[in-house]
Amino acid sequence: MNTFRAILWHDVMMGLRSSGGAALSAAFFALIVFLTPFGLGPESATLKSIAPGLFWIAALLATLLGLERVIQPDTEDGTLDLLRLSPLPMELVVLAKIVAHWITSGLIISLLAPFLGPMLNLDVAALPVLMFSLFIGTIGLSAIGAAAAALGASVQRGGIVLAILVLPLNIPFLIFGASAVANVQANTDPSQPLMFLAACTLIALVVGPIAAAAALRLNEE
Amino acid sequence: MRVIAESLAAFRGERLIFRHVNFELGPGDALILHGPNGSGKTTLLRVIAGLLGLMGGRLRLLDKAEKPLTDEARDRALHFVSHVGLVRSQLRVRETLAFHAALLGAPAKAVDAALDEWNLRPLADLSGGMLSAGQRHRLALARLALQKRELWLLDEPLVALDVASKSHLNEVCQKHLDNGGIVIAASHEPFLGDLRTLHLGPRA
Amino acid sequence: MQAYANPQRFLTFARKLTPWTWGAAATALIIGLYLALVAAPPDYQQGDAARIMYVHVPAAWMAMFVYGSMAMASAVAFIWKHPLADVAAKASAPIGAVFTALALVTGMLWGQPMWGTWWVWDARLTSVLILFFLYLGYIVLWSAIEEPTRAARAARILALVGAINLPIIKFSVDWWNTLHQTASVFRTDGPTMPASMLTPLLTMGLAYTLLYVALLFVRMRAEIASRRLRTIRLGLEAIPA
Repeated sequence: MNTFRAILWHDVMMGLRSSGGAALSAAFFALIVFLTPFGLGPESATLKSIAPGLFWIAALLATLLGLERVIQPDTEDGTLDLLRLSPLPMELVVLAKIVAHWITSGLIISLLAPFLGPMLNLDVAALPVLMFSLFIGTIGLSAIGAAAAALGASVQRGGIVLAILVLPLNIPFLIFGASAVANVQANTDPSQPLMFLAACTLIALVVGPIAAAAALRLNEE
Repeated sequence: MRVIAESLAAFRGERLIFRHVNFELGPGDALILHGPNGSGKTTLLRVIAGLLGLMGGRLRLLDKAEKPLTDEARDRALHFVSHVGLVRSQLRVRETLAFHAALLGAPAKAVDAALDEWNLRPLADLSGGMLSAGQRHRLALARLALQKRELWLLDEPLVALDVASKSHLNEVCQKHLDNGGIVIAASHEPFLGDLRTLHLGPRA
Repeated sequence: MQAYANPQRFLTFARKLTPWTWGAAATALIIGLYLALVAAPPDYQQGDAARIMYVHVPAAWMAMFVYGSMAMASAVAFIWKHPLADVAAKASAPIGAVFTALALVTGMLWGQPMWGTWWVWDARLTSVLILFFLYLGYIVLWSAIEEPTRAARAARILALVGAINLPIIKFSVDWWNTLHQTASVFRTDGPTMPASMLTPLLTMGLAYTLLYVALLFVRMRAEIASRRLRTIRLGLEAIPA
């Protein structure tokens, strides 16, 4: 448990103190939201109808941004060796990294989103659901992302490879997350998509660490 | 503890880098690996550490009762110190050591002892990015003081060290051997009096 | 390397079988095309345009079938570390991707006269599109990691993660599509199909499967040969004294 906490703390610190870390993710997220009206026009009805999907697309891309930071630096400087020699099973090491990535991307984004909601004329009633859906959904995004990051860790400049691996797998999150928010705006019950979203996250939290740990053990065979 | 290697071989990718490597080490033994770049010194250390799979031959790590160590027991029996600095510019020296202490399962107070032993106390609050190559390497070597481990695997332990640090490392390793530990080190320079050496790769 | 010792048996077997599979695939394809384009009656609503179905539907089947066999091969490789299984999975991916692309393109060509638009976000089309991206990711991962043994291990994991995710993606797309259901969406699962249409469809399906097997043999043989070449080259360069 001590080791788990240490890895978590280490990765969170790396995320908060790196120039390309948490702050960049959050800024990128906000920028996508700011840019939308310039592309689609300032008409509030249009913005309102696209807002749920747009926030989720922005979240998808912003969490993608920090993924290169999750495993790659550890493979480059040999920290991965020490993690593998530590008493913690690799699956839990990865889980600590997933949580750390989430804290420095998804969590910040979900806290930021309610403040950006009004800029796209999103219903005030939908703000809590937007926040909550991002809160639970982005953990799953981090989990799937960590698996892809582990697979792509031996690839030089693996950013684009990462995106191609991750984005198709993230489509269910986009569908259920955006639907939950849209449901509130349409005065329907958001609980069904939220439940599906939570289920996706739970599956990702099981599959992600196992796949990532298997990928990181590749050299051992 | 004993380390017995019989006819080890290793590939990098599909490329054979060494074969027929044999040695047997018991308590108090040291083995210094020599050889040109790319001759497989680091690879051999990583194989012994279990970080790379065995690609040929037989490797046995036995405990005091001559029983083979499980993978978990092996992890807990060894130190692996690489010459690649594990120093991140985002972390202070003390924070880096505390992280390593947690990975090694060492108590927090071991950090202060390690700082003192490797004369890192004055640097404790500097960020990793401010350190020179030698200081970074001393920080990596300070892992050895965090936790007692029987088998030390050192990859280029002398690189970038000043004279005082070199002799300190020699002393530390000698003490470890006197206490019944084992040291296996890859080095371009003579190390530990080159008591026992193993040459990898073609002779220069 | 000793790992390639038993691919020798596969190679002999595949070399003998390849011409036969090609022959069978060509025969089935000719018969299938004749049945589909000449013998089968035109659709009472869509006329001759519906004939593209005989190219499109089996391609969509193959898109899924090939991914399935790729995932199976990856699982075999993962559990039993059998090198041939990796080769089979790697060789399957581009074939599957081409079938998927064929299904998408013929779907679009069919959609233009039927729906008046090249693309509809219909659940089936969307799922096939995502499948195409999964194939793409798999191929990219193989080409991104230079060393074949490492690439093989990473690709195994990706194929399995993809296979676990496929039902989830399928479910979410279906759910999403019923949410946005529009009246114009055309459905293939209408009333039961008459035998005059079913026979050519199944013949085409058989032809595609045989084509896949033939291509798989060729690609696997090429892959094994190129790995051998690589091993020989590396070996000659670096045999230590």
